[in-house]
Parts: sequence; C-alpha cells; structure tokens
Amino acid sequence: MSRDHILHRIRTALGRSPGQAAADSPAARIRIPEVDMEARITSFRTRLEELAGHCHRAATPEEARTFVAAAIAGKCALASNAPYLAECGIAALSGVRSGITDRAELRELCATAEVGITSADYALADTGTLVMISSPREARMISLLPPAHIAVLPRDRILTGLDELLALHPLPSNETSSMVLITGPSRTADIEQILVRGVHGPGEVTVVIVG
Amino acid sequence: MSIQFDRKIHQTLENANLQLAVYTATGRLKDGRTQIVSPAELPDYQELRTEAHDLKKHVMENLDHYLEEFERNVEAHGGHVVYAKDATEVTDFIVGLAKERGARRIVKAKSMTSEELDLNERLEHHGLEAVETDLGEFIVQLAHERPFHIVGPSLHKTRYDVAELFTKNLGVEREEVPEKQTAIARKVLRQKFLAADMGISGANMLVADSGAVVLVENEGNIRLTTSAPKIHIAVAGIEKMIPRAQDLATFLKLLARSGTGQRLSVYTSILSGPRREGEIDGPDEFYVVLLDNGRTRVLADRAKRQSLYCLRCGACLNTCPVYRKIGGHSFPWVYSGPIGAIITPQFLGIGHEPALPFASSLCGACAEVCPVKIEIPELLLTLRGEVRKAETRDRKNLLEKLAFRLFAWIMTHPRLYEMAGRAAAAMAPSETGGWIRSAPALMNIGPLRAWLSQRDLPPAPPKSFRELWRRR
Repeated sequence: MSRDHILHRIRTALGRSPGQAAADSPAARIRIPEVDMEARITSFRTRLEELAGHCHRAATPEEARTFVAAAIAGKCALASNAPYLAECGIAALSGVRSGITDRAELRELCATAEVGITSADYALADTGTLVMISSPREARMISLLPPAHIAVLPRDRILTGLDELLALHPLPSNETSSMVLITGPSRTADIEQILVRGVHGPGEVTVVIVG
Repeated sequence: MSIQFDRKIHQTLENANLQLAVYTATGRLKDGRTQIVSPAELPDYQELRTEAHDLKKHVMENLDHYLEEFERNVEAHGGHVVYAKDATEVTDFIVGLAKERGARRIVKAKSMTSEELDLNERLEHHGLEAVETDLGEFIVQLAHERPFHIVGPSLHKTRYDVAELFTKNLGVEREEVPEKQTAIARKVLRQKFLAADMGISGANMLVADSGAVVLVENEGNIRLTTSAPKIHIAVAGIEKMIPRAQDLATFLKLLARSGTGQRLSVYTSILSGPRREGEIDGPDEFYVVLLDNGRTRVLADRAKRQSLYCLRCGACLNTCPVYRKIGGHSFPWVYSGPIGAIITPQFLGIGHEPALPFASSLCGACAEVCPVKIEIPELLLTLRGEVRKAETRDRKNLLEKLAFRLFAWIMTHPRLYEMAGRAAAAMAPSETGGWIRSAPALMNIGPLRAWLSQRDLPPAPPKSFRELWRRR
C-alpha cells in the first residue's frame, strides 16, 4: 500500500525511524497589537472600502434593521439563522426568508435570492475581513451564492487582526468544518488584467457595524 | 537545448502582443508586491520570511511525523486520507470513488498539482466530466492549453481570444467586453456547481494539528467547489504541510502579498472533515489525497530539499527578467519561471531539458522576493553542475572540457597568458572599433562560432595593462 511505501521513503530520506518524535518546532508567531475600538472600526472601514466593499455604522440594532430594510427593499433576501440577526429584528423583516435548516431547500433559495444576509463571528480590523464559522447558525452558501452579501455584527466582534483570531481559535477545525475569511467582494482579473467583481461569489459586500 | 525549447522561446519573443501582455501583467503583480511588503506596510516582513523558512525547513525534516499527525486529525474530524505515489494512483482513487457513488460530473478548483498530473485528461478518459471553474483555468481548458502563469493561467489570452473560445464552445453570442465575458462564465459555471456530484481542489497548505486544508482564492469558485457538491476531494503534495493553524499568522501574511499584492486574498477557507452535526451545508464526504509523485526523491537530497518549501505564490516569475521575456509556455513543464527551472529537473530528471538551469541570468531577483527564502540561484548552479557531470559521463562535452583545460593552463602560466593576449588582440580589429564577434576568419569558426554567437567582448586596447605597467 502506498501509505507505508511513501512514509518509508520519507523516513529513509530523512534518516528517521517510525514513531520518532519531531524535533522542537519554531514557536508560532502571534503578535497582537493594542488598538482601541474606534481605531479598529476606522481601519476596518478603510480597508473594506479600498476593496470596493461598503461599511455602514448603526448606533442601535433598530437602526441596523432600518438600514437593511432599505437596502433590500423590493428584493428577494435570505437571512442566516444567526441569533444576532433575530435580535436586531432583521430575520423578521418582510421579504426576508430565514430559519432554513434543510440543505436542499437552502441551496434552492440561495440560488435565486438577490441578497444573502448573515452575521459574522468576527471582523479583522487590519485587513477589512469577515470571519465566517460554519454552524447551524451560519450556513456556508448564504455569503456565497447571492450576488450581494450583507453582514451585520456588533462592534465588540472586531478583532485587531488574524493573529488575535488565531489566538482565540488555535484549533478552528475542532469547532467547525469550515472557517472562511472574506476580504471584500469576489473578484477576478483573468481577462486582460481587467478587474471584474462578482465572478463567482457576491460582487457587493456590505458590512453593518452596530454600536 | 532541445529544439522545442528553442522554438517556443523564439515564438514568444517574436509575438509583440504577447510580450506586452506578459510584461504588463507581471509588472503589475510585481509592483503590487513591492508596495505591500514595504516597511511602511509590513515592518516585520523580513522576520516573517525567516520564520516561514524555518517552519518549512522544520516540517520537511520531520515530514513523516507531521503527515501522521495530519492523518489522525483528518480522521478525527470524519474525513479520510489517501496516499498516492503518482498520477495513476490519484486517478484510480478518484475514478473508483466516482463509480461507487455514481458520480459523473466534477467541478475543479485551480490547482497546479492537478496540472502536474494531467488530472482532467485522465478523468475524461474514464468518462468523467471535469470542469475547471477558476475563470482563467476555464479559458485555458477551453483552449486545450496549459496555464501560462502559476497565479494568472490565462494572462496570454486577449479578450478576442476569449470571445472566440466562448462562442465556439458555449454557444453564446459573441461578447468582447471582459465584464460581460465574466458574467457569461459565472452563469455557465453556476449551473455546473449546482449539478456537480464531486468537487476537486488542491491545497495551499495542509495543517497538521488541525487536519485542515487551507485554500486561498479571489473568485469564490474554490468555496463553491468545496461546499456545493456532496463529495470534496483535496489533492495536495506532501510538502504543503505546516505544523499548526497558528502558523497561518505567518504564511497567510506572506502568501497573497507575494503573489498578487493583496493583504489577504478575498477568500481563505480553512476546511476539515465533512459538515458537522447540525451544519446546514457542506460536503458529506471529505478526502485528502497526499501525493508523492517525485517529492520524496527531492526530499532525500539535502542540498536541494529546500525546493519543497515553495508556496506557489508566483512572485519569482513576476520578477524574473527571463520569465518576463520568454513567458510560461516556453518552459518544458507545468511549473514555469525560476521555481519551474529548479523543480522540473528534479521531478522529471535533468535529461528532460538540460538547458533549463542555464536559462537564467543568475541575477538573484527571485531569491530576493521568495517568501520562504529558497536560494534559487544557488540551486540553479548546483543543477548546472549536475547537467555538466552527466554530460561528462556520457562523453558529450569533450571539446568544451578540453577548451576549459587549455584555458586553465594558459591562465596559470603568466608568459603564456601574455602571448595569448597579444595573439587575441592581433585578431580583433581594434582600430575599426568593431567587436570581437565581427572579427573575420579565425575567431568565427567551428565551435567557437557557436560560443561567440551568444557572447561578445569590446575590442582589445592597443596596449595591454601589463605592457603599460612595465613602461610606466
């Protein structure tokens, strides 16, 4: 069997024996800067806008709901099962489908929805990134299939950056089958280096920061 | 140099449109990188490179340990690991699984590893449909060509080429605007994603302590490939391993910056196992195929082992004065540019294209931009030595060896050296200001003619330095 064959070849190449422990690995390099919340929000917004994403600040959950209602007016939208969306009253807005737990139904709806609405587990200030952890609350497809994605999250979920995320979740795969970092709208430049947004994923990304 | 290598280089050099396309595209990527790794942007860039190098070195030296750890963790999360020694074993596994599950339609995410295996052709041979879903790869697949660049597979194609390919293959109205062409591809491929039985991806990294596959992209096709079908198979070289998820803090900061000049790519997916209890979507089955295909042979060579540290970011291509002139298709295998020049001879044998390690000016730009600090110029020199050694073994370079022995003898005997210098000066027409190559007769014959066809010297001065020194 190739497994044993390949492992044997590797051990021969390295002069190691089966079960031999690894030498000490260089330490992981995690550096978390101190950045106050207002600076994080400013940085997040700047980075996202550089990538042609949109960022909106809402003082209260009610304001976030009003913003989202206006943004999706007349469109067919699908919201994730994130408790925060329910808390803000967004899942209950008219024209919004929510509470889907069946894969086939979810796919069907995602394929036709014009807007996908999610929360986000975190946002990363230094890159303008959303962190999506797949769970019963957040499906993978809602932030992926519809042409527009709106994410609503409270400000205390904005981390300084990747290092802080990995400090909080050193083993993401123990919690989820999929952790995805989203940094701006889907894009390509494969034809003559011309930037085109929305090639497979959403061409429009809007982040609503509450508080 | 093989005739094919020579011909492809000349074809590229003579194609003015292609020259401009390659120069502009690589220039843009190169400038993007320079700006985004500058001290103002990333003050600890050099430390990150050193860290990445040290981590890769450590993993390679303990690779069996990390592979086993990775395997345990994938299985703990409900996935499966398959080892494959070559393309046939990868194909057999995928075809076997497809038969068992009744799967026929496959969507593929861009992967250099699967290019290396000619996976699409092999799957098609077994009656499976394998569609590339990255826009550039999709275009290249329609044209039945190889990717031109590691991160920009279709950068040699114009919008008119794309219009031609789309109307011919997709049955759509002719469209020459890239935005609209992209929309066509989105529509066509969206149907493929939703109908696919199986998704095949590569992996940018494999994380040992998490049993995770990390995938980096801008379009979203990889997310769709790995999330929409019921089966996800990741095919990855064994060298893609990193020890811990926390090491992503090092590698992700370098990868997109080096490759495309972005702080992070649009999507980074960290995937492990099938969808968990309660998760609404994601695959039901998750496999990682760990591929050897020559990698263990490279691992055994201490001096050249570092070739396996490569992250496939493409930075060395964008900065290479040779790649920027001769382009990706001149190279004899799927891996092009400086990294292609060092791994192709090691994977396929130096006899595959003996001229390859010599197709470099050894300027060192590649080593300067490499995020994991692979010493590419040193490796090229080592490989040149190996090519020459093989030639000596096959008695192919007797004349050249003789010439260099003669040269060494002259250089170590001062009086002979002076005589030879005078003789050479006499043959070169210094008064006319001509260069040695334009010298008639004696210098331009036989093997010397071939040698001089690529080299030249300024005319000899009337008096040599030694003469001037004596008469001072």
